[in-house]
Formats: sequence, C-alpha cells, structure tokens
Amino acid sequence: MFGVALDSLDEYKLVHIHSEAVPDDIGRVADVALASPVGEWWISAYEHQIEGIVIETGLRPGVTDREGAELVREAGVLGVDIATATIGRRFVLHPTAGTELDADQVAVVANRVLHNEVIERWAVGHLEPAFVGDHDEAPAVEIIEMTDLTDLDLETLNNERRLGLDHVEMVAIRDHFFEIGRNPTDAELETLAQTWSEHCAHKTFGAHIDVVDRDGAIVETIDGLLSQFLRAATDAIDAEWVRSAFVDNAGIVAFDDKNDIALKAETHNHPSALEPFGGANTGVGGVVRDILGVSAKPIAVSDILCFGPSDLDPAELPDGVLHPKRIRDGVIAGVGDYGNKIGVPNIAGAIVHDPAYTTTPLVFAGCFGVLPTGSNPTDPKAGDSIVVLGGAVGRDGVGGATFSSQTMQAETAEVAGSSVQIGDPIVEKGLIDVVVAARDARLYNAITDCGAGGLSSSIGEMAQEVGAIVDLRRVPRKYPGLAPWEVWLSEAQERMVMAVPDPAPLLTLAERWGVGAAVVGTFTGKGRLVVVDGDESVIDIGCTFLHDGRPRRHMLATRPAVGRPQRRPVPDDFDESDATLELLAHPNIRSNEAVIRTYDHEVQGGTVVRPYGGVAADGPADGTAVIPLGTDSGRAMVIGIGVNCLMGDIDAEAMAWNVVDEAVRNAIIAGADPSQLSLLDNFAWGNPTDPDTLGRLVEACRGCHDAALAFGAPFVSGKDSLYNVFVGPDGEPDPVASTLVLTAIGVCAKPETVPLTGATAPGNEVWLVGPEAGSLGGSHLDAVLGDDLGGDLPRPDPAAVSRHHEVASAIAGGLVVSAHDLSEGGLAVAAAEWAFAGRVGLDLEVPGDEFTLFGEGAGRYLVEVAAGDSERFGAVVGSASRIGMVTDTNRVVAGPVELTHEQIQRAFVGGEVVS
Amino acid sequence: MSGVVRVLIPVALGTNRDADLAAAFEAAGAEADRVPLTALRSGEKKLADYQILAVPGGFSYGDALGAGRLLGLDMSGWFSEQLREAVSAEMPVFGVCNGFQALVRAGLLPGDGDAVLAHNMNHRFECRWVTLEADGANSSPWLAGLDEPIRCPVAHGEGRFVAGDIDTIEDRNGVALRYLGDDHLPAGGAYPANPNGSMNDIAGITDPSGLVIGLMPHPENHVFDRQDPLRGRFAGGNCLPLFKAGVDAVS
Repeated sequence: MFGVALDSLDEYKLVHIHSEAVPDDIGRVADVALASPVGEWWISAYEHQIEGIVIETGLRPGVTDREGAELVREAGVLGVDIATATIGRRFVLHPTAGTELDADQVAVVANRVLHNEVIERWAVGHLEPAFVGDHDEAPAVEIIEMTDLTDLDLETLNNERRLGLDHVEMVAIRDHFFEIGRNPTDAELETLAQTWSEHCAHKTFGAHIDVVDRDGAIVETIDGLLSQFLRAATDAIDAEWVRSAFVDNAGIVAFDDKNDIALKAETHNHPSALEPFGGANTGVGGVVRDILGVSAKPIAVSDILCFGPSDLDPAELPDGVLHPKRIRDGVIAGVGDYGNKIGVPNIAGAIVHDPAYTTTPLVFAGCFGVLPTGSNPTDPKAGDSIVVLGGAVGRDGVGGATFSSQTMQAETAEVAGSSVQIGDPIVEKGLIDVVVAARDARLYNAITDCGAGGLSSSIGEMAQEVGAIVDLRRVPRKYPGLAPWEVWLSEAQERMVMAVPDPAPLLTLAERWGVGAAVVGTFTGKGRLVVVDGDESVIDIGCTFLHDGRPRRHMLATRPAVGRPQRRPVPDDFDESDATLELLAHPNIRSNEAVIRTYDHEVQGGTVVRPYGGVAADGPADGTAVIPLGTDSGRAMVIGIGVNCLMGDIDAEAMAWNVVDEAVRNAIIAGADPSQLSLLDNFAWGNPTDPDTLGRLVEACRGCHDAALAFGAPFVSGKDSLYNVFVGPDGEPDPVASTLVLTAIGVCAKPETVPLTGATAPGNEVWLVGPEAGSLGGSHLDAVLGDDLGGDLPRPDPAAVSRHHEVASAIAGGLVVSAHDLSEGGLAVAAAEWAFAGRVGLDLEVPGDEFTLFGEGAGRYLVEVAAGDSERFGAVVGSASRIGMVTDTNRVVAGPVELTHEQIQRAFVGGEVVS
Repeated sequence: MSGVVRVLIPVALGTNRDADLAAAFEAAGAEADRVPLTALRSGEKKLADYQILAVPGGFSYGDALGAGRLLGLDMSGWFSEQLREAVSAEMPVFGVCNGFQALVRAGLLPGDGDAVLAHNMNHRFECRWVTLEADGANSSPWLAGLDEPIRCPVAHGEGRFVAGDIDTIEDRNGVALRYLGDDHLPAGGAYPANPNGSMNDIAGITDPSGLVIGLMPHPENHVFDRQDPLRGRFAGGNCLPLFKAGVDAVS
C-alpha cells in the first residue's frame, strides 16, 4: 500500500471526555454506554498498552459529532455531568518485520487511508482533542472599503473573499453602495455573493446568449435557456396535472384526487469530490429538505452517481484529487447512511463510470414526497414570526453556494474545507415529523429549507416581497466565537425556516419531537432585509437590489460542428458472444445489486417495483414504483431515470432526446401512464464561459425542449451544476463529460398489472417493440471496443412516442407478463439480463449484424407475452414484431449470440452462480 | 378485555419504521399510537393505558455508541418502572430491528442470559427479502398463527444474533423465527438466505414467558400482498398472522 509494508493495522475508538466527575463515575458511564457483555470493552487511553506506531485522528471542531453529543446526554441520564465529549480513532501500525517507516511514509498512510483533512485532524502519538468551545472571542462586523476601488482592486477583493462574482456584478455592487453613500458590511457583501451565485441565481440559464457559427457569425440569440427551452416546453404543454413548476423548492404534480407529489433532484458534486461521505450525505439531506420545503412528506429518494474508473492507477491521479474508488465507496456509504437513517426508501438510481469523472465526480440526489392537494402555503405575512427549526449553527459550510459555483483546483480542499459538512440525519428525521404535523395543523404561512447560503438565502428569499428583521443573537449556535456574517451564512445542515403567525404551538410541537426551534425575527412588510446582532447593525439592504439588482449576463456560445464520420466495420476477429459478455461486465452496465442492498428500499412499506427483481432478486429492473404510505387510491408513483455519459460531448441534442426517452421508457415499464408524465432535468456541465461548452449546453436544452413537447411531458423542476472543471497543478482544465440526468415521474393506476422483472415462463412469446436496428455512434459497444468507429448517434425519434403509448396500453390491459427496455448495449445485453433475471432461456431469431445486436436508440423494448394473448398484443402494439420464445433452458440465443446463465452471471455479477 | 386493542409505539429521535409498524397493527385490527419518548417521559402518555408495547425499527439516537444501546438505556433507566409493571402485568412486547436491539440492550431479551446483535458478517447494511419459519416448539402467543413460512425484508447493519449461551435459549425453545433457504430448508448459516450470519439461523427470539418477542426482519413491511416482490409466484405468505396473533392474545 503506497510503498508501505505493514503486517497489520489495529483500530480503536477513542472517546475524549471533558468532565470534572471522578474517575469512578466516568467508569460507570463507560461500563453502560461503551461496553457490552458480549464483545465490547473499554480501558483508559492512558493505560492502553500498545506497541507499534500510533496515529490518532479526531474530528475538526464543529464537525457533526452525534456520538459525542449522545454520550453527554446519556451520562446526564446516569447522573454524571460531562461537559463535552468527542469521538476519535487510535490506529496502531505494525510495520512488516525488519522494515521501518519514516515520517513521510507515516504521513502517507495517515493522509491517504486513515483520515480526510477536510473534516479530521491527525497526529502521530497523542492528538489533543478539539472540543467545541475552544474558540476566540467573536469578531465584530467588518466594513468592506469598496466604493472607491478601481476595477482591478475589485477583482482582487472578489478573489480574496472567494466571492465568485462576475466583474460587472462587482461593479454593480460598488456602484450601488456608492449611490447610497456608504460601504457594505462583510455580511452584506457575502449575502449578495450568495444570492447572486450561479448556485442560487442560475445566471447561465437566465443569460442572454449569442450563438455563433464556426466563422463567428451570430446564427441564433437565446433569451434565457430556462425560459426559451425548459419553461417554454412546460408552458406549451400546459398540463392540467402540474400544480407548481420552477417557482418553489420543488415541482408539484397531481397524484390522486386527494394528494399531490413533490419532486426535486439536486447535485452535490464539489463537496463529494473533497469529502465523499459527507458530501453525498448532505446532498441527500439537502434534497430531502427541498421536498419538506413544499410541505411534502418524503416517500422516496434516488441517486445517480458518476465516478472515474475504480481501477485507476494511483500514479495517474493528479494532486488534490481523491482516488475514484475512495470517492465511490465514500459517496455510496454517504447516500445509504442518510436515506437509511431518515427512513426514506432509496428506490431509483444509476452508477456511471468514465475517465471524464476522475477529477470531477458527480452526485445527483433526488427526493419525492406526498402532500394533500393545496396544503403548501407560500405567502409570508407582515407580522409573522421567523422560526428556525433544527440544529444549531457553527462554522461549518460557510460559503457553500459560492464554492459550488467555481471551478476546483488542487488546493481547493484546504481553502474550502469549511464548505463541506457531515450530516446529522436523525435531526432531519425529526424535522420530517415536525413539518408534517405543523402542516396538518396549519401552523405556518410559508416554509423553506435552509440550504446553500444558510439563513441569508432562506430568509432572504422568503423576505423578497415583504422584508424582514432578524436578530442573530437569537440564532442557536454550537459554540461561541462566530462572526455575525458566519452565523448568517452558516450552512449548518438540517434546518427549516417558517413564517409563523403564532409560534407557541409550533415550539411545543418541536419540543415534543425533540427538534430545536427558535424565533429569530419578524417579517416586516417594509421591503428591506435588516439583520442585527443585538444592538449592532449587520445588514440593511433593499430587497429589490438584493433580488433584482444583478446585471443580466451576456454570453457567447459556439454552435457545435455537425456531421459524423461514416461507420467503420468492426474488427475481423469480432465475436458477438464475447462482445455481449464484455458489455455485461462494463462498469456502466454490470450489476449494482451489491450497492443497492446497502440502501433500504423497503422502509415505509410502499415499494412495489424494486431496483432489482426476478426469481433471485438479482435482475435489474427498469423503472421503480412506490405506493405512498398514507394514500388510499391504490395508485403508485413511478420513477424512471435516464443518463448517458458517452453521447453528450459528441452530440448534446441527440443525447438529451435519448436520455428523456430512456427515463420515459423506464417509467412505462414500471406502469406509468404516458399521458401524465412529468420531468426533472439535472445538467452537470463544464465552464459555461467557454463558448464550445456553452454551445453543447444550448443543444442539450434544445433536445430537452423538443423531447418534452413530443412526449407531452412538462419539466416541473431542475437544477444545473456548472463549472465542473478541475484545474490541476499544471494549470490545464479538465472538464467533466457533458452530463444530463433526466427523471420522469408518472402515476400507475393498477400496480398489479406492472410487468415482472425478468422473463418468466417457457413457452411464452418474445416481441420486440420498435425498429430492429439501432445506432452505434457513441455506443457502449464502441466503449468496450475502445475505439470510436464513427457513425451517427440515435437521432431524435418522434415515432417512439406512439410506441410508448402502445406498450403502456398493453401493460394496462394485462397483456405484458414481463418486459425490459433496450438501452446501454442494445438488444443482446437486454436479452441476457432479462433471461438471467428470470432464470429462463430465450431463443430469438434476429439478424446477426451489430446494429441489431448492439445498436442503441429510442423507444425499444423486449416484451414477454403469453401465447394465448399473442393476437391481442399484436393488435394493441402495432410497432412490435414477434422475434422468438422463452425456453426452459439456461441459454440465451439471439442470432450469433449464444450464452449460458453461468456466463452471463460471471460477466454481469461476478462470483458463483446462484440458481 | 373489551374494545379495540391499543398498541403503544414509542418514537425516539431517529426511530423511523414507526408508521410502518402502526400500519401493520392497524391492519390486524388494533389501534396504534406513535408516541414520542418525550411524551412518555413527561407523563402525558402512560404505558399502562395500552395493551401491547411495540418498539419499532430505525436508528434511535443515530445508532450512536451501538445500535439500540441508548434506547435500551432509556428503557432500563427512567422508563424501567413502567416497563417492569407492564411485563409483570403480562403485556405482550414486540421489538423489531432497532426495537429488538434495544430490548436486548435493556436486558428484556433473551431475559435469561447475555446476547448481542453484532455487525453483519459481511460488515454491510443489508436490505433484502428473506424467508422465515416459526420454531414449532416455541409456544409464544405471538407465533400462534404462523403455520407456514413467511417472507419479508431485512434492513440492518447490526443483526447477527450472538448469544453468550445459545443452548439455554434453544433448550427452553426460545427461538421464535429462523431464516430459511429458497428450498424452505434451514439456511444453514449460508448468505444470503441467512443475511447476517446469525447463530443457528436465528432471526428472532422470545423471553422465557413467551410474551416478549424480538426479531431483526421487518414483518410490518409485508402485511399486504401488494408488497410481495414475487407477487405470490412462490410459496411464503405475508406476515399479518404475526400481528393478529399478538392482538388476539389480548383481545
């Protein structure tokens, strides 16, 4: 490991206790709270006899330390007073006999394996614990001299404070304060930077864009990507089931005659790159609060993850980047931990691997909730109290919105360490209980979550129309010593903000469920955002300037080149069966069941279509479905997801269309009604100030618009993550692959008709819906061949729409026993997965060319139909052709492809066959 | 006793399958009340006003210091008197997953020796469906309706049942439920049928009185046929009889 030879490495949990209690009392606490009769023991760390090299690690002050806090609480129950406790770890390294470790090697082990500097500290030997409270006196409000700065000095200020603003924005702020005759406070400047950040203001999606051709001539002007493409599609479709699109924390659509569904997906890329567990953990926490922020009870979460290759040679890793395997393990653990602990099933997702994600991994987290129709009030009234629910604030996560709106560099981990946090999911579980109870008792006039930008964003946005006054002294803190602007900007997790006419019953409710609550201010009706710290003024700015004062961005995009080289033939020694096995083993296709098993997809008892199914529950499903707990219509909410990492940089428009189609067909197979689909978009792109990058984004938005119109499926919410670029020590930018994740949500009226996962019964017929041949440009076949053989990408295919409707009709009519969509790897892969899931054979008569076997494209399915239903199915699904039979063998035959279950399992899952 | 059976479902910070458990007892004809521990501690609600105590799954106190430990300490600490009275009044007690872990930590299970729910053998949180069979020799009223195997999910990271003295529990027929393979023969410790490596394929146990039952799997997530991923294609029924038996025992 990193050139270090170790015989073994022991790990012990360290508990630092700060208390004036006598040792016997501490021992009594340890006996009860730390040891157990079977298997756990404790000893004073000073009496711990050890040989070897000792490394101790501990959390940085203020990082969430649930165990330390619970130990203090439990000691209190036992009548022992402990001031603070914090948890660390003691590692003992035993070098291989005859070898020694020098200080550098010890440091490598500590840094690469044992700790993450973003949230932890370490030392050889004893590490002094950092108890919260060990802080200096609170700094006062600082005035930023700005009004007489030159343009150059403005840029220096922008960089020094990492504001991440455009030059014209800095000028606008300077000029505003010049006009009103004073300089801004630090809190005012930081609030403007957060509010005007890409993360909060979506400047690129709102910008005026000139699209130029290769000669520099303007060929198109775009009046905002959001309004011209995404919102335009939603407006044109004008769907009666859309209750709220784009304006709230989450989209809201109709579910049954009493309830609505709220949906949202977010990215948490930059934090996950630095602290994978914490970044992904708080990513889930954040999107769950988006759902709470529209008064909905969370019923499902989803995660789409993009990583570099797990087997990457560590020598190829740039400085400042964690290894893809470490990122993957940490992110998956973080996603699972949060969803599992808040009791919301994780039922949908995807994991994509590509070298383009090595330096910029992507973490998309979605959440879905249910709320009684019309139960989300959105109107703070003058005189309402401002109540903050949840945890206390610390220096954690200060500046997250500006941090996530900039490119990352090798040294970002050091600079932005405080932007990353660890979640505390059980506090969020309490928030869910309180918010739902408060909603049902109609205790608030408006609600929002506290996310990026902390109180500055949440209260700032709620106060947009009415204005507010806030006293920071009333904001609960984890420890003293915080500057006022830090309290205001802290992104301490697990907090919600409400506008409340009468706080008393809400405070009682919060106490009952063990959730913190504090009244921190009042909505005033005066149109100004005023923040004080006791007697001291911290912020006093007009809401109009804060929310409407930002100059609109003007940007330049280059129209991508069109045309692809003609498809070249596959190599002479190409073997269709081997290629299918290689595809099944490709990291984007192979089984993720081992990951899914670490996520609770059953809690709440509503899951009806799971991510993996079939006779041994190891076959991949397409979409998934859940019957929301507490609803009684018998309907299920269906989730379909589409993502593709290979096509976006070649033809972003075609990629977007195909990703929409993939999300839709996944939803169709899980029973969704195609006449009532809603979409979420999540873009993860590079630096939009690069005209080529922005040009691809324009085309992707165009593809989204056209596909949404064709499918009649409106966008109801979305989120863009830009600046996913890593600038290495050599100064060369390494941008992410242009990536779009599409989530389709639908409603299934009859969950009992949803096709099973995996083919089921020998003797049944197999039908192919859609064209026999697909396209191979940007295909996974080329990925496993390691060569772009050219050829077109799958073109937008409006005829796919009617195929989706036909398949859905057949499903609703009970004519589809099982089905699987054709996606990555095409027909051969789909047939192999489908047969393996059901442990049945397939005998398919198809042409043996690679376009048929491996081509990809829109609106294609394999469907199992009972022999007796053949005629009816053919009549309903006019676009289908009968291509073969389910057999009682363990062989999948499709033209020249011939594979056994054992071969499929070894490639797709690895390991031994479970029959 | 007349009227509807009332089930108390205590909710600690981090408990999360409380609503699932309430739905299962309601499907069995009882009235289930999800009560925050703060309301029990303040005296607003009393255990004595209920006929069944059902401790739900989740991550009470975030599993800090070990799954179920702190909730167990609550039970053996400030909650112990009410609990002792209830047990001596022969109130049936049901603990599932984190609730089972807490009952073990509190000393109510097995009740005649030491046991622990250790980390799963594969050191991972594991969510998958399992098949369970009631031990025919166990005379607990909770098992009265389980004539055939049942199926339901597990979802835990610390569920490997380890007893200090397993023979004592086996000898008094204290094993309630065991994991079965797909062939409905004992799992024999083999993953994934025995998902966590529990001794003797033990999924659940009862105390010597038979009134206190604890189990790691989640029968509350399979009380309706629509929840079955195999939709009845294979043997193994839903778990409603378990809840009905408990309710019947006090009706």
